[in-house]
Amino acid sequence: MKKIEIITRTFKLDEVRTALTGIGVKGMTVNEVKGFGRQGGHKEVYRGAEYQVDFVPKIKIDVVVEDDFASEVVEAATKAAQTGQVGDGKIFVSPVEEVVRIRTGETGDDAI
Amino acid sequence: MNLVDNAFILICAALVMFMTPGLALFYGGLVRSKNVLATIMQSFIMLGLVSVLWAICGYSLSFGSDIGGLIGGLDFAFLNGVGMDNLNSPADNLPHLTFMIFQCMFAVITPALISGAFAERMKFAGFMVFSALWLILVYAPMCHWVWGGGWMGEMGALDFAGGAVVHMSSGAAALCCAILIGKRKGHGSTAFIPHNLPMTILGAGILWFGWFGFNAGSALAADGLAANAFVTTHMATAAAALSWIVAEWMHGGKATTLGAASGAVAGLVAITPAAGFVTPMWAIVIGLGAGVICYGGIMLKNKFGYDDALDVVGIHGLGGTYGALVTGVFATVGAEGLIAGNANQLWIQFVSVVATWAFCFAMTFIIFKVVDATIGLKASDEEQDKGMDIAEHSETGYQW
Repeated sequence: MKKIEIITRTFKLDEVRTALTGIGVKGMTVNEVKGFGRQGGHKEVYRGAEYQVDFVPKIKIDVVVEDDFASEVVEAATKAAQTGQVGDGKIFVSPVEEVVRIRTGETGDDAI
Repeated sequence: MNLVDNAFILICAALVMFMTPGLALFYGGLVRSKNVLATIMQSFIMLGLVSVLWAICGYSLSFGSDIGGLIGGLDFAFLNGVGMDNLNSPADNLPHLTFMIFQCMFAVITPALISGAFAERMKFAGFMVFSALWLILVYAPMCHWVWGGGWMGEMGALDFAGGAVVHMSSGAAALCCAILIGKRKGHGSTAFIPHNLPMTILGAGILWFGWFGFNAGSALAADGLAANAFVTTHMATAAAALSWIVAEWMHGGKATTLGAASGAVAGLVAITPAAGFVTPMWAIVIGLGAGVICYGGIMLKNKFGYDDALDVVGIHGLGGTYGALVTGVFATVGAEGLIAGNANQLWIQFVSVVATWAFCFAMTFIIFKVVDATIGLKASDEEQDKGMDIAEHSETGYQW
């Protein structure tokens, strides 16, 4: 199993969700996060004093899927989240050792 | 006694009262979220502390029988002789109680204004004792000097609604406090970004609204002078909001909402001493100047390096000083300033400015040092990190 973390622009949430559920992803977790990459932060001005704000708001979507489904999910998420501008975000894929569905006690792929 | 005047001034007193929670919102939105309650408290609780002190002795020290032009006597202490009729009332068209409570609201907001200078780093206990002493030792004498029969009023200084009593005095105190208490932890390295500008702008709107009571009510009658003060107040404020954003647009490239709100307050401050002495068109001129000058004053703060957290010096100190001086230039209603051929008025205004700054700065210095040495005024670095809401009040403004 793989965990796919998609960190991208907040306004892309609906498009990514629609793309992923469209190819059969059954669940996901969403967080509002802050961070920066090559895009950097932005400047804010209050009564003439300039502040550099390093951390810009993004969303992070966590999805756990079967191993052979992962590349399709990454491809769909990339396509949905892409604007072509700096700041589109990153996707991280990592192995997952175990998944448990709390209601039934099922484990592994059955629990996804 | 005049019943219409009484009704008007009671309503004006209520309007001025509303300025203090308005100020609490104005200041509260400008600090970081971990300090919002402590900042609001420093304004709101003045309604409690100052009102009670005002009844006990503040009113009497301000408006009691004159002692050497310097302070009022204790004849009205505990509101003795302050009743429902106009007996002994400084305004014989008003019940003495009406005059007293109208003046009370001015006394409430003045120490609250100072709190912007030491926002985000002042201990509550020290703040309360400092404010109590400041009211009695600085505000009451200033009020007496200007309005209570003291030397400044006798000299002929023009201060219609409190340019010296409220704004210069709080501005001078703010400068003193900002220097003595030192900078906030992280000043210069951390971004102190206002946590809720809509709150600040609502607060500025409430201040603008309440200021009609402040300035028009200072006519002490429901007459044409009150109408003039109402209109000059509005026009100067409108002009200052515009000139501030134009200045920052040209200087920084963007017109900000905080700039519009700050400009409005600068205009309100600057027109306060002049409101009943100038015509509406001169009020617009005063307002246009106020927005640019106070914007410039805030730029200067960054050069001097002191941490006047919410710009009390730049807006109230500088705006009040500018307003007092231009009153001596543009006064044509009930008094004559420079443009009416009376250059001496400008000199009188200048003397009142210097005396106000010197007295308020020096007295604040002494009070600050005494309270700091006994009770303590500055929160520790750890308390500042935690936020003054938790450290001083065991509360948080927002749960999320």
